[in-house]
Amino acid sequence: MNHTTHFAFFDEGSKREIRRAILKAVAIPGYQVPFASREMPIARGWGTGGLQLTLSLVGLNDTLKVIDQGADDSVNAVSIKALVGASTGIAMTDQTSQATLIQSRHRIPEVPLTENQILVLQVPMPEPLRPIEASEQVTKRLHAEKEYSGAYLSLFEDILRYGTMAAGADHPVMVEGRYVMAPSPIPRFDNPKLDKNPALILLGAGREKKIYAVPPYTQVKSLDFEDHPFRVEDFGGAHCSLCGTQGVFLDELYDPTTGRTWHQCNDTSFCGRNAP
Amino acid sequence: MAYVAVRGGQAAIEASIHRLGWQRARGLTVLGVVACREGLQALVDQVMSEASLYDEDTAALAIKQAEGSPEEAVFLLRAHRSTLARKYYSRAMGGESLRLERRISACFKDIPGGQILGSSRDYTHRLLNGALVEETLDDLERLVATFEETVDGIPLPSTDRLPKVTEYLRQEGLLARPVPDLSPPGDVTKQYLTFPARRSERLQTLTRGQTGAVSALGYASMRGYGSVHPTVSELRVGLMPVTVPDPLGGSDAGQDEDYYVGEIRVTEVESLIPVAVPRGPGVFDLRFDLGYGCCFGQNETKTIAMSILDQCLETPEEPYPTHDEEFVLSHIDAVETTGFLSHLKLPHYVTFQAKLDALRHQASREKP
Repeated sequence: MNHTTHFAFFDEGSKREIRRAILKAVAIPGYQVPFASREMPIARGWGTGGLQLTLSLVGLNDTLKVIDQGADDSVNAVSIKALVGASTGIAMTDQTSQATLIQSRHRIPEVPLTENQILVLQVPMPEPLRPIEASEQVTKRLHAEKEYSGAYLSLFEDILRYGTMAAGADHPVMVEGRYVMAPSPIPRFDNPKLDKNPALILLGAGREKKIYAVPPYTQVKSLDFEDHPFRVEDFGGAHCSLCGTQGVFLDELYDPTTGRTWHQCNDTSFCGRNAP
Repeated sequence: MAYVAVRGGQAAIEASIHRLGWQRARGLTVLGVVACREGLQALVDQVMSEASLYDEDTAALAIKQAEGSPEEAVFLLRAHRSTLARKYYSRAMGGESLRLERRISACFKDIPGGQILGSSRDYTHRLLNGALVEETLDDLERLVATFEETVDGIPLPSTDRLPKVTEYLRQEGLLARPVPDLSPPGDVTKQYLTFPARRSERLQTLTRGQTGAVSALGYASMRGYGSVHPTVSELRVGLMPVTVPDPLGGSDAGQDEDYYVGEIRVTEVESLIPVAVPRGPGVFDLRFDLGYGCCFGQNETKTIAMSILDQCLETPEEPYPTHDEEFVLSHIDAVETTGFLSHLKLPHYVTFQAKLDALRHQASREKP
């Protein structure tokens, strides 16, 4: 029993079905479009939503970059590249500027994206209102009625309890003044990059069977209050120990011999380029 | 020189996969696919049911490759299944058409057609059988020969198309005759499941649910989180003929033109659940509700649990999680459950760093 290898794994009917969902998502920025998520050879929760988007979009002339939490050679990225590579034979790259298609788990690259690029983000929990409402039937209605007081209230309660909006990653955003959207667990540092980005940003949740989109140059605003403005992660002036860059998202590392904490660019391809 | 965060993940991952192969091989014992299919029938049945793919040979291969892990075998089959073209839908089938191998009722001692015990572990004592350690082909041949000698010449009861126990209750007027829903069923494998779900979609989700998860929720419902105590009206195990309409016959093709494509072994359960229906202030009528379960293979515990949950989800007004269809249907799929749990093993460096920042920010604000 051997596998038939169709280009990009899927039959063309499946790709078309996913592309139709993508078109709808682009037409309604921030709205979660349900789709018949396929079972993939990698586990649900390991990027099957992003992978299905990538496989439905990829063509022979594409160059693909895959990142997992900022790294090009982390487990998830390696596995996805191997699967797409084996079924398409297309070129792979680590360099953000050379890629036409970028699939990422929880980071937006440091190098600014262009109009000729598509960024695919992997999404574990697409519903930004899920923490305040468990039922899908109810959250669908809340979105339809643009009833987002619960989303603001939960941030307000965070401030009351902790003195700060405690959301770590996945801080909810308002898309084009209409839909509250989960940006996927990107750090707050990356939220401003969603706003008016020249690239098409697609978000795919395989297990939860949802696709949504931030089309190029869409207004995206992180939820906050006038007296408690949205705040990105603060590295206290730290810089990358390898390339010296400041003002990028940093990984925090611990040196067991000296007992000191030091930092390194989280976007490994960005850092590699700048390394002396 | 500072410590450098580990890179070169690709080589490490390839080595890990290499080691996995070694781990399976190191005992130097070849486990044949035929041995898996013939010797692990219960596991084959469980895996086919959770994968919703009826193919014993492919299931046996998945079990061998997965080294016996049901969740992994189901995962392999589901991924394989999603690459297969689905060309036909079968005719609607029902338990009445089963060629029975086993059929019991807990409602009545004497049922038309009789109780047929078939094969079941229910009546064995669960004592380890040390003789199996040294079992030989001769032993198996002797077992088969003795059994065949015993049954030879005994007139067997008819096992074809026996009437349902519920039919008797319906004739007595004790059980309502359902209005058949003739609308075409949904297909949860091709369409996103929306809530409220249709019954066809609920039953599909339950039958492909993870055995342990479906059993646990069915059990919880009996124990107090749902207070459903059913009586098994009938449990059937048997072979169900599958037919598809003539693909060239158009929509009005008669059943006589159907193609017979084979038969599948299924377990079917009909449970009766007593419910009190309010008739007036403080006055209740007692009524039986019917819960339905049907699974690929001989999967009796899961099918009973499915029949309980079917009735639970038909009565969403009850204040228990087992009656909440989103709670039940969204959390019983083997591939979704294990996938999301196992993703916790992936690096979460960035998301954790973001959380850490929020924590430190709070701590710095609280400093006097």
